[in-house]
Amino acid sequence: MSEITDDVLVSIRNLRIRFDVRDGIVNAVDGANFTIRRGKTLGVIGESGCGKSMTAKAIMNMVPKPGVMTGEVTLYKRHVENGSQVVEEIRIDQLDKDGEEIRNIRGGVITMIFQEPMSSLTPVFTAGLHIMEAVKLHRFLPIESIGDTMTRNIQKKREVSPEEAREIAIDMLQKVGLPNAAQRVDSYPHQLSGGQRQRVMIAIALSTHPELLIADEPTTALDVSIEAQILDLMRELQETVDMAILFITHNMGVIAEMADEMVVMYMGKEVEEGSVVDIFENPKHPYTRLLLASIPEIGEKKRELATIKGMTPSPFNLPTGCVFHPRCPDFMPGKCDVVKPLLATVAKNQNARCLMYDPCWPNTAEAQAVKAKA
Amino acid sequence: MVSFLIRRVFYAIIMLILVSFISFLIINLPAGDFMDQKIAELEARGDKSAVARVEDYRVRYGLDKPMLTQYWIWISNFVRGDFGLSFQFERPVKELIGQRLTLSILLSLTTLTITWLIAIPLGVYSAVNQYSIGDQVITTIAFIGIGLPGFLLALLVLYVAIVILNQDVVGLFSREFQDAPWSLAKIWDLLKHLWVPALIGAVTGTAGTIRIMRGNLLDTLGQPFIEAARARGLKSRRVIWKHAVRMAITPLVIILGTEAFPGILAGNILVEVVLGLPTIGPLYINALTTQDMFMAGTVLVLIVFLLLVGNLITDLVLAWIDPRVRLE
Repeated sequence: MSEITDDVLVSIRNLRIRFDVRDGIVNAVDGANFTIRRGKTLGVIGESGCGKSMTAKAIMNMVPKPGVMTGEVTLYKRHVENGSQVVEEIRIDQLDKDGEEIRNIRGGVITMIFQEPMSSLTPVFTAGLHIMEAVKLHRFLPIESIGDTMTRNIQKKREVSPEEAREIAIDMLQKVGLPNAAQRVDSYPHQLSGGQRQRVMIAIALSTHPELLIADEPTTALDVSIEAQILDLMRELQETVDMAILFITHNMGVIAEMADEMVVMYMGKEVEEGSVVDIFENPKHPYTRLLLASIPEIGEKKRELATIKGMTPSPFNLPTGCVFHPRCPDFMPGKCDVVKPLLATVAKNQNARCLMYDPCWPNTAEAQAVKAKA
Repeated sequence: MVSFLIRRVFYAIIMLILVSFISFLIINLPAGDFMDQKIAELEARGDKSAVARVEDYRVRYGLDKPMLTQYWIWISNFVRGDFGLSFQFERPVKELIGQRLTLSILLSLTTLTITWLIAIPLGVYSAVNQYSIGDQVITTIAFIGIGLPGFLLALLVLYVAIVILNQDVVGLFSREFQDAPWSLAKIWDLLKHLWVPALIGAVTGTAGTIRIMRGNLLDTLGQPFIEAARARGLKSRRVIWKHAVRMAITPLVIILGTEAFPGILAGNILVEVVLGLPTIGPLYINALTTQDMFMAGTVLVLIVFLLLVGNLITDLVLAWIDPRVRLE
């Protein structure tokens, strides 16, 4: 434990998630490193199967069987002790998957909303019951009445009663903009529309005052007008509570709208990271450039939509060297197909995993070998 | 809701009328009737006056009338609660069935309870620990249970119990209690006998139920709402029992209504015959083979009646446990 000094909330170091399946080994996440800062929004973008969702699950320690997680996921949990704020370091990856500690974090400190609002609510329970379930587990009320000292307030807490939980549920549904919240609280999921269900999911996620909200493609299954509403809602709510968001998407537009910083992932690794403004203005990695180039623009005519050639490689048979080299327009033969690039600083607060920017490259053993051959 | 119930009851009545008519037809299809058998039997014994007496019987039971008339007499009495006379026993069908109904219900309830008590936890374990050694063992036993016919198991139990262990497992009562009035000792004796057929029925019933529970639960556990529940910080056991099993149990409720209810009368007839139980099953088989048509027809109509009641109850229970099927 240490005094609060920096703004790091979750740090992910060298995260690998491996699946031993019948056809071989798949590294769903292959050495990811990034940091989620308090109150900020980190966007993670990438193609299907690049390990975005798996990274999110790793933060909750919910990697499904038979996945094996290695590396470090550290949560810097803030709480008040003796009147002063302290930060507790919790190694999430080392916690028992069904233990009390991780269960208090899941749904309490870190909450999650999912891609499929249609099926993320248990069909036989009402919207309110879902919220109440989370609130009963994670929200505690001070026992002392207002006017007592701050410390005692914090130290003595009790669970919320069913009536209070219901009130919180209605209040949350109101906050997420569900009309007639007092009645909607008793609605079953099938009586709500897709957008309304996602609002309920957000209400569940925010009802416990989390420090981090993981949004795993929360608007992918919704149509664009509802998507805009949900994104607005999330931004508004983030302003009112001090909460970080990890926003996973495959939509560059959504990243631009939501995130402060972004990570571009490809085949289980981050290939570029930095602030959204920097990356959109000056993308360094060829993959990021191609992703940005393939966004159609309004008013633009007679331009063939740019695409990235080829397909993501089979996870059982990854290309040698840089995994992106078979699809890369800047492919350097004898170099990219031999050497695995490291994440290199390309500009202030901007890193890219590309040999074009790798300062160490000329000094590595592989580089010498390539040079000798040439 | 009320109109739904009224509609369902109305359909059920129509169904019962159709079934009673068709079953009456089918029971009458084979050439001859119960009396022809009786004559042959009596003549073989050299009873010359039999033929004359049999004609009396025919008139008494209405067998000389056209079939439609016979049906009408039977069904109109049936509605009034008079199920006709059994030719074979020369006693009212109602009395014969009534004697055995309690035992049939008791047996099927015991079987069902044992089945569910074993099958649901094992099915849940099997699904939650998919491909574990425990799951493999349960699956293997379940497949043997599905493949092994109940009557064969009953014969094996009889052999082991009588020849090797020298125990009396036939029937539901020991000889001294057979005709004795009900007493605590008799109930104890019944329980001592009841577990054998109940367990045999449960072994065959459990196997299928385990597989159904396992399959459904696996489907449910793959659903996003399970992951969402886990992400709310719920305990694994709570996620499984409150969210997953609750959803996965629906097909079992349907089975309960459509199989267990008619199963009260015709659940494990072969096992009941092998073990010589005083339940309705053997009575029904016997009535069919001897063309004891009022007896056979009554049991058949009761089976269908129970099926319809079971279906109705299933629908109501489903509406209760799953809001999606409720009528708005």
